[in-house]
Amino acid sequence: MSLAGWIIMLSACGSITGLMIWCIRKVVSTPESYEHLHAQTDIDPHDQD
Amino acid sequence: MSKREYWSSRVGAIMAVTGSAVGLGNFIRFPGQAAQYGGGAFLIPYLIAFLVVGLPLAWAEWALGRYGGNLGHNSSPGIFRAILGSRKGAYLGMLGTLMPVMIYMYYIFVEAWCLAYAWDYLTGHFSALGSDSSAIEKYFMTFVGAGGNGLMFTSSAGRMLIFLGICLVANIALIYHGVHKGIERFCNIAMPLLVVCAGIVLVRVLTLPANPAHPEQTVLNGLGYMWNPTKPGETLLHALSNPEIWLAATGQIFFSLSVGFGLILTYASYLKPKDDVALSSVTACAGNEFCEVVLGGMIAIPAAFVFLGPAVVQHPPGTFGMGFITLPNVFNQMPLGSLFGFLFFFLLFLAAITSSLSMLQPSIALLEEGLSIGRKASVTILGIVTLIGCLFVGYFSKDFTALDTLDFWMANFFIFIFATIQSVIFAWVLGINKGMEELNRGAEIKLPRVLPFMLKYISPLYLLIIFGLWVYYNLPGRLKAIATLPKDGPPVVLFSVLLILGVALFFTVIVALANRTWDKKERVS
Repeated sequence: MSLAGWIIMLSACGSITGLMIWCIRKVVSTPESYEHLHAQTDIDPHDQD
Repeated sequence: MSKREYWSSRVGAIMAVTGSAVGLGNFIRFPGQAAQYGGGAFLIPYLIAFLVVGLPLAWAEWALGRYGGNLGHNSSPGIFRAILGSRKGAYLGMLGTLMPVMIYMYYIFVEAWCLAYAWDYLTGHFSALGSDSSAIEKYFMTFVGAGGNGLMFTSSAGRMLIFLGICLVANIALIYHGVHKGIERFCNIAMPLLVVCAGIVLVRVLTLPANPAHPEQTVLNGLGYMWNPTKPGETLLHALSNPEIWLAATGQIFFSLSVGFGLILTYASYLKPKDDVALSSVTACAGNEFCEVVLGGMIAIPAAFVFLGPAVVQHPPGTFGMGFITLPNVFNQMPLGSLFGFLFFFLLFLAAITSSLSMLQPSIALLEEGLSIGRKASVTILGIVTLIGCLFVGYFSKDFTALDTLDFWMANFFIFIFATIQSVIFAWVLGINKGMEELNRGAEIKLPRVLPFMLKYISPLYLLIIFGLWVYYNLPGRLKAIATLPKDGPPVVLFSVLLILGVALFFTVIVALANRTWDKKERVS
């Protein structure tokens, strides 16, 4: 395989693998939409200062 | 009428869409096309097609699907009717149910071949064939009945019917269990299993020693055929000046990402109103590209080169030849070939069944919401329609003429048309501002600023140019084939087109009935 072949292979596979890992991390670390609803404890009435 | 369904989790929806996208094309068609068009050079139009049409259209289709789902529709006719505000919209959306069902009618055969090959490797049947490529070819052609019409139903080739039956029953059973309990649960197991199987086969291929009889046939040299930017004696500019490379790369992106079929429309319609579609869409696309470029791009060509030499990778056979004749020959020569052959064909089977499931769901959704019938009735109706189509494709098996004709019109011709329709509906009918607002709702990532411009102008224009070129190169020959009556047998091409028209008529009636149901609902509300 030529040097250009190595560069194409590593950049293509690296960028796609990197994108997939980034996406999976983002998906599993972000709560599902129904969890966006605020619980009572999240509400700050700003009256306790 | 059945209760409205949703995906139980975002991961489940992503797995299902990725499963729909990952198919045989990722592991067999992509490497074959890349090697044919100069390896690395193919990746340039492939990447451009991914960025210009693949990813933007996937975003648009996910957004349109969730938008339609929020309006109470899961089928493309219902979604298009709601967006266009017209009964005619439902007829336009009919392509999104017709295409997947017609593709299912032949795709299920390929799925059955994969299952049969996996079984044959597991039971050691294939080892007996050895490395005699003509014996492997004869085995395949007899198994699929390619020698003559009706051969698949004879006792010598009838074994195929058993595997076909298993696949038909498995698909219908999973669809019957619904989106969450059937499709989602299955894809959550099948997709990770597929990646594990592919990973094992990949490690085996990358650690293969050089062929003792031909020391220059190493894995590295094989990878060169896949990744070197040009073929020997050819410049990159020369390779890219060939319009066919652009057509092949764009077609591969379409078929691979499952955009333009209407499948994502239906799957995304089962999302909840505030579920993210922006990140989910990129994740599904990235998962598909990982399977295609990283796994698929490293297995078939290097392995074929090590055992069979440069001729087979310089002029790779078609998808079927590569998958069911060339690669079995490779596995038969590999140490522990039965095990790796089983893993490879089992992963292909998983890739195929997760795709075929997605082809049935749009029609199930139309039958349920349009005719107000339950799952049992909708699955029965669709089961009968697809069985008739399967029997047709199975009977006219000679030289794969019926299969090839359905594939040309559905997975090549109409996919461009439906993708263009979806692109225009998102950017021009719904409106690019409203479309982007919909896409951004619940988005977990920031979308590129250039995306509205891309979706409004670049993607439709690129699609039209590529479609124009494709029509110029392919359509005259195909139209001539319909009108030509063969001297030595039935006009299978004509019959296949009539089958498409017959199924289209069936869906036209269903959409007409669905329109009446939706009219009544709108009057009541």
